[in-house]
Amino acid sequence: MSTSRRTQAGWIAGAILIIAYAVIPVLWIVSLSFKEGDDITNNAFLPTVWSWENYRTVFASDLFTTALRNSVGMALIATTISVILATLAAYAVSRLNFPGKRLVLGVALAITVFPVIAIATPLFNLWRSIGLYDTWLGLIIPYLSYSLPLAVYVLAAFFREIPWEMEQAAQVDGATAWQAFRRVIVPLATPGVFTAAILTFFAVWNDFVFGITLTSSEAARPVPAALAFFQGASQFSQPTAPIAAAAVVVTIPVVVLVLLFQRKIVAGLTNGAVKG
Amino acid sequence: MSTVEAPPRGPATARAPRRRIRLTDRARHERNLGWLLAGPAFIAMVAVTGYPILNALWLSMFDYRLTDPGGREFVGLGNYTTILTDGLFWQQFGVTSLITVVTVAAELVLGFALAMVMHRALYLRTALRTAILVPYGIITVVSAYAWAYAFSNTYGFVNGLFGLGEFDWFGGTWSALVTVCVAEIWKTTPFMSLLLLAGLAQIPDDYLEAAKVDGATAWQRVKRVILPNMKAAIMVALLFRTLDAFRIFDSIFIMTAGAQGTETLSFLAYRQTISRVMVGLGSAVSVILAILVVIIAVMFVKVFKTDLSQQRGER
Repeated sequence: MSTSRRTQAGWIAGAILIIAYAVIPVLWIVSLSFKEGDDITNNAFLPTVWSWENYRTVFASDLFTTALRNSVGMALIATTISVILATLAAYAVSRLNFPGKRLVLGVALAITVFPVIAIATPLFNLWRSIGLYDTWLGLIIPYLSYSLPLAVYVLAAFFREIPWEMEQAAQVDGATAWQAFRRVIVPLATPGVFTAAILTFFAVWNDFVFGITLTSSEAARPVPAALAFFQGASQFSQPTAPIAAAAVVVTIPVVVLVLLFQRKIVAGLTNGAVKG
Repeated sequence: MSTVEAPPRGPATARAPRRRIRLTDRARHERNLGWLLAGPAFIAMVAVTGYPILNALWLSMFDYRLTDPGGREFVGLGNYTTILTDGLFWQQFGVTSLITVVTVAAELVLGFALAMVMHRALYLRTALRTAILVPYGIITVVSAYAWAYAFSNTYGFVNGLFGLGEFDWFGGTWSALVTVCVAEIWKTTPFMSLLLLAGLAQIPDDYLEAAKVDGATAWQRVKRVILPNMKAAIMVALLFRTLDAFRIFDSIFIMTAGAQGTETLSFLAYRQTISRVMVGLGSAVSVILAILVVIIAVMFVKVFKTDLSQQRGER
């Protein structure tokens, strides 16, 4: 497409504006996390003195480090379970003919739009009676309610793009459907599986509703819920800047994943429709 | 999420019936394998959501307070009458709807602009796409804190920037809602823009060139060529964002905690069940919220003819 230099300059200006839009609030919370003393209430974007004090504070508190361990552990377990189950299901749905395959996708889609709080409140009651309240398992199970449908539908879209003939060729050469799946499709599908894992991880890492309704102590409370409890009830006299520091720490994994896998994430969100 | 009408793919659909007749063994094997592979995920999905939903339906028919299990009493639809005749519920319904409409409308406009820039800018492509994924991936609670502190008259820079002095954004309903909407729009516009970008990328350049040759202005090209060809992508993006916006909880919890009349329906369900341990009443709120979400989804699919088949990976 021919685009004049002047129009292209306009698009570049737009791009710079958008980048500023995306990063300024993040830079603000980073800047706040380095403030100390009077700087915290100086109503300015930047601190006058940059200090690591808030990071020392959050890492010195069990409240945060335990929550961080809970978040990382539960997010990894929920992601792994979801991606394994979803890979099998998405393969079946996009490659095999069997009655009810539309039902699998329909259910996945219906669940992704369901209000999480409507699932969390009944679980609050149930978990208390069967002893899953305030445990890792008690959060990992409900996490599946959104990580699994998300993974199923991202993977189903990816698997649709895989060259079907390769599998046929393998079956012609004598492989069973299972062998064709394991030896041919799995290697082709790995990038999609990887993308689904990243998106699923983001979703679980982001959880707040389950974290706040189904925990009551440090035993299983994930970081987003713990951040909310820093306020008031904690040992910090003025938790604003420490909250900012903790917020920055939990944002680092997100930024790293985005920097490393930008193309994969964009492709995953647009279901492979955008190449680039 | 390709949404452009693609011709049905030949081999997969055309071969199926023939295979069923000639290769019964293989078809049976395929059918069994299908459920063997999809079954665990399907059962897990249904179990982790189906049970809580049915349980909520059941509990919603009791006057049941967790701290007083002995006083548990069947009241039928009593809780629903209590909620639906309470003015507060309708106010919260109004707040939730207002936030949904305002944020989704703003996200559509902003998201479209973002998608256009991402589609057209030849330089900074990687930087652009990486940058917009940050709001998408960031934890909602973190985004809520960032904006709450930015607007705060104790810690923030927003008042200084706009010369608003000591203005207390969280002191009034409208200004508090503005801050919540800003945080939500910032966080979710990138997702909207990526869905729209997928639709935009499907429009053949020839269409736009032809319109240009015919003397269409930039605005006419957007209105007559781009938007009509993106209708499917726009509807799907709107559906997803509307349903997501309607269950807003995290930002409200962190930024206002429901103060100043900013409580939303999800927040009400949370407060009734968890804070007040009125399990029966809270479950009824959850059920109503779920029904509302279903109504919105059905409206999109039936009234606006949103085509979700492409979305679900079906051909």
